[in-house]
Amino acid sequence: MLFLQDAPANTLNYMIAGYVVIFGVMLLYLISLSVRRRNLSQDLEILEDQDKE
Amino acid sequence: MQTKPRWLSVLDIITVILLIAATAMVFFYAPTEAVMGQVQRVFYFHVAAGWVGMLAFLVAAIAGVAYLAKGNRKWDIVGLSAIEIGIVFAFINIVTGSIWARPIWNTWWTWDPRLTTATVMELIYVAYLMLRQGIEDPDRRARFGAVYAIVGFLSVPLTFFSARLFRTIHPVVIGSNEAGAQGQFDMTSLMLQTFMFSLITFSFIFADLLWHRIRLGQLAEKVEQLRLKMVD
Repeated sequence: MLFLQDAPANTLNYMIAGYVVIFGVMLLYLISLSVRRRNLSQDLEILEDQDKE
Repeated sequence: MQTKPRWLSVLDIITVILLIAATAMVFFYAPTEAVMGQVQRVFYFHVAAGWVGMLAFLVAAIAGVAYLAKGNRKWDIVGLSAIEIGIVFAFINIVTGSIWARPIWNTWWTWDPRLTTATVMELIYVAYLMLRQGIEDPDRRARFGAVYAIVGFLSVPLTFFSARLFRTIHPVVIGSNEAGAQGQFDMTSLMLQTFMFSLITFSFIFADLLWHRIRLGQLAEKVEQLRLKMVD
């Protein structure tokens, strides 16, 4: 019945949910990149130290 | 330790500024749609995320061709990086579409051709990541990845054209349109400007993330080579 009404439908909550997903997923991916980079850098340091010995 | 290239820092800054501007346009510049109300604002980033997903899978297919032609492992890193980013943005596209559909179609999900092909496309690329994990030999893994990225790309045009080729309730944003599509709307010029700006912004986000992810891939490659060297 959404298309028979005069005023716009009250869909604010859905819009908020949509943007929480958009920014939330992007933020999680950025965190994932950062954590993986930190772990790999630590691994590289350890391996380089072992390689020197 | 890799030092961060200066141009990557510049790209980071430009991307953040563009994202802030695009978000401001979505909430303060674009008018509220007359029928759907506020949820229509999801559309700008929903389509842009879908665009990035498809663009990323195209880059991966091109990288696959380049790997098979040259045999240089850097193309494998590019392909893997693009696919990972594509999966993230295709996921955003599917989930936000579902959120938009709830008040507009009165359901979270329906097995409409567009929704189905988009989901199949996403699963094809998730399977790529899972299957790569099972291959130990780096060269074999890269060769497999290249072929898979090329063959898997068939799902992208199928998804893009599904709303045009098949009977669907999903609105067609660009080009021809089924008049009966539930949720179809005419864009005003302010909406169109916001939409185009969002597409450009998300293209920058893709380029920025791809650069970061490629650098991560290079670091992982370095660690893997050092590990293999120590095992030998």
